[in-house]
Amino acid sequence: MSDFETVAATENQAARRGPSGEPGAPNQIGAAHKPRSLAGDAWRDLRRSPIFWISLALVVIFTLMAVIPGVFTTNDPSDCLLSRQHAGPSGGAIFGYDFQGCDTYSRAVYGTRASLLVGALSALGTGVIALVVGMLAGYFGRWIDAVLSRVIDVVLGIPLLLAAIVLLKRVGSASPTVRITAVIFVLAILGWTTAARVVRSSVITAKEQDYVAAARMLGAGHGRIMWRHILPNSLAPAIVVLTIALGSFIAAEATLSFLGIGLKAPTISWGQDIDTGRIHMRESATPLIVPSTFLALTVLAFIMLGDAIRDAFDPKLR
Amino acid sequence: MFRYILRRLLQMVLAFFGTTLIVYALMFAGQGDPIQALAGERPVTAAQRAYLTEKYHLDATGVGGFFYRYFDYVKSLLQGDLGQSLTGRQIGDILQAAWPVTVKLALIALAVAIIFGVTAGVIAGIRRASIFDNSTLVLTLLVLGIPTIVLAPLAQYFLGVKWQLFPPTAGSEPTFYALLLPGIVLGSLSLATALRLTRTSVAENMRADYVRTARSKGLVKRRIVSVHVLRNSLIPVVTFLGVELGNLMSGAIITEGVFNIPGVGFNLFRGIRTEDGPLVVGIVSVLVVVYLVSNLVVDVLYAVLDPRIRYE
Repeated sequence: MSDFETVAATENQAARRGPSGEPGAPNQIGAAHKPRSLAGDAWRDLRRSPIFWISLALVVIFTLMAVIPGVFTTNDPSDCLLSRQHAGPSGGAIFGYDFQGCDTYSRAVYGTRASLLVGALSALGTGVIALVVGMLAGYFGRWIDAVLSRVIDVVLGIPLLLAAIVLLKRVGSASPTVRITAVIFVLAILGWTTAARVVRSSVITAKEQDYVAAARMLGAGHGRIMWRHILPNSLAPAIVVLTIALGSFIAAEATLSFLGIGLKAPTISWGQDIDTGRIHMRESATPLIVPSTFLALTVLAFIMLGDAIRDAFDPKLR
Repeated sequence: MFRYILRRLLQMVLAFFGTTLIVYALMFAGQGDPIQALAGERPVTAAQRAYLTEKYHLDATGVGGFFYRYFDYVKSLLQGDLGQSLTGRQIGDILQAAWPVTVKLALIALAVAIIFGVTAGVIAGIRRASIFDNSTLVLTLLVLGIPTIVLAPLAQYFLGVKWQLFPPTAGSEPTFYALLLPGIVLGSLSLATALRLTRTSVAENMRADYVRTARSKGLVKRRIVSVHVLRNSLIPVVTFLGVELGNLMSGAIITEGVFNIPGVGFNLFRGIRTEDGPLVVGIVSVLVVVYLVSNLVVDVLYAVLDPRIRYE
């Protein structure tokens, strides 16, 4: 079975290399003794990309910050004293204090957790919906594809921010867990369409491959073919799309919190802090600049990471 | 062609009913006692209750009653009657005052995207893998990655408050100069996308057979680019910019809120802040319609511009 897969992958790779592989290009397939897999080839490209390493480092740092914020700052983000309002840096608070007299830096560090949690779980939810819908539509085709594709069209036609505003206005509860769940839920049910289209098209390509025909001849059922043969071969493009989506979900959560309908206090979130900082920017700008930088760097890290991986896996446009 | 437009139209009608149904169901249905909600903390007399029940058909219960009231809402939406905000103003009047400002802002943003995005995209596409190309790619990635809620307040702070190059807020009767900075901020995202799209499209067409033919005929590069390549590569860009105009009109909530521009997005921003439910629903309903119609127009335009598109 794995022989079929290797052959198919190599052929695929050769076909992809064809138009852009100029003579003398550094990564020619013929140079290696053993045919490299597409993933191995992509990894070789990725290793040399500075953008990949920078964004990967940022992602690792922010993930650590979300899991163990105590390592990055010793100050308690909820230790606020109005007498310290907009005070300068002192005692571990390297960026000074904000309007409420809280440590600006410490709040930004502790805000990472909510942002990454919402981003990761929304991307996960999106991934599950997209895989199920894309797999069903792509594998079975016919009327199932027709119906699901129309559903994708309709959901894609709904503007994300506007729909999220309407949906979240209905959530009256102020409990932090309920609000986080609501934001994740809303982002996932509005954001799955692009990934579903990607999965659908890669499933359509994968199901025509010889190894699927072979598996079918050996008597494998639909479930087994989808799970064991098609899923692993159509996962890579979906993961790239989801990495980029993770970044944009973090931005969307911050935007909703900024508007006052996403996460609310006592949850610490960058969106809210940016809003407060913006209102008081004339008195002190650091409470605006610090969470803004954290948010921008996180979103950028995920988008650049996804972009770098996509470029490595899809050498057509080089 | 006719079948394509018809199919696209049907799809839009479906999307329209789908979204308005969601908006309606979420905002109005199942809220407990709507009459008491309307009256707030004040008591409601039996006569008032009877009048309102009659007026809004609240006596019909169950699924039938829900759809009856939903179609009532759609009917008044299509007739342009959006009801009143909680402050008692007609939402139609609020929108009428706000539209010109929003359209002006959207046009400035679009102009920024076309002038800088498309021009730079064409240059980057012709000189692929040059320093200019690589640096614009990184720059656009940065712009695409920075959310508006970061870009808008920071631009306002640095360019408006600190270095005082632009007025930091626009106020009630915004001049062109006051709208310039918000327009650039709003347009930067479309600029980046337009640039990347133009670049890809030009780069792809530069490798096409007809360009090789033109070159072998001895045409100068200038003519090949301006006549042959541009005409073919601007099709996706034109359609993107069309979609973007619709997006810009509905997507200016943050920018208008931050820069205090009294447009549609600003009113939505304020409606969310002041918990003005009817205002939010009214504006969102109108914006959804604008979005759907602009998408439809662009799709049809796309089919007209590019005969290679299959209509089926």
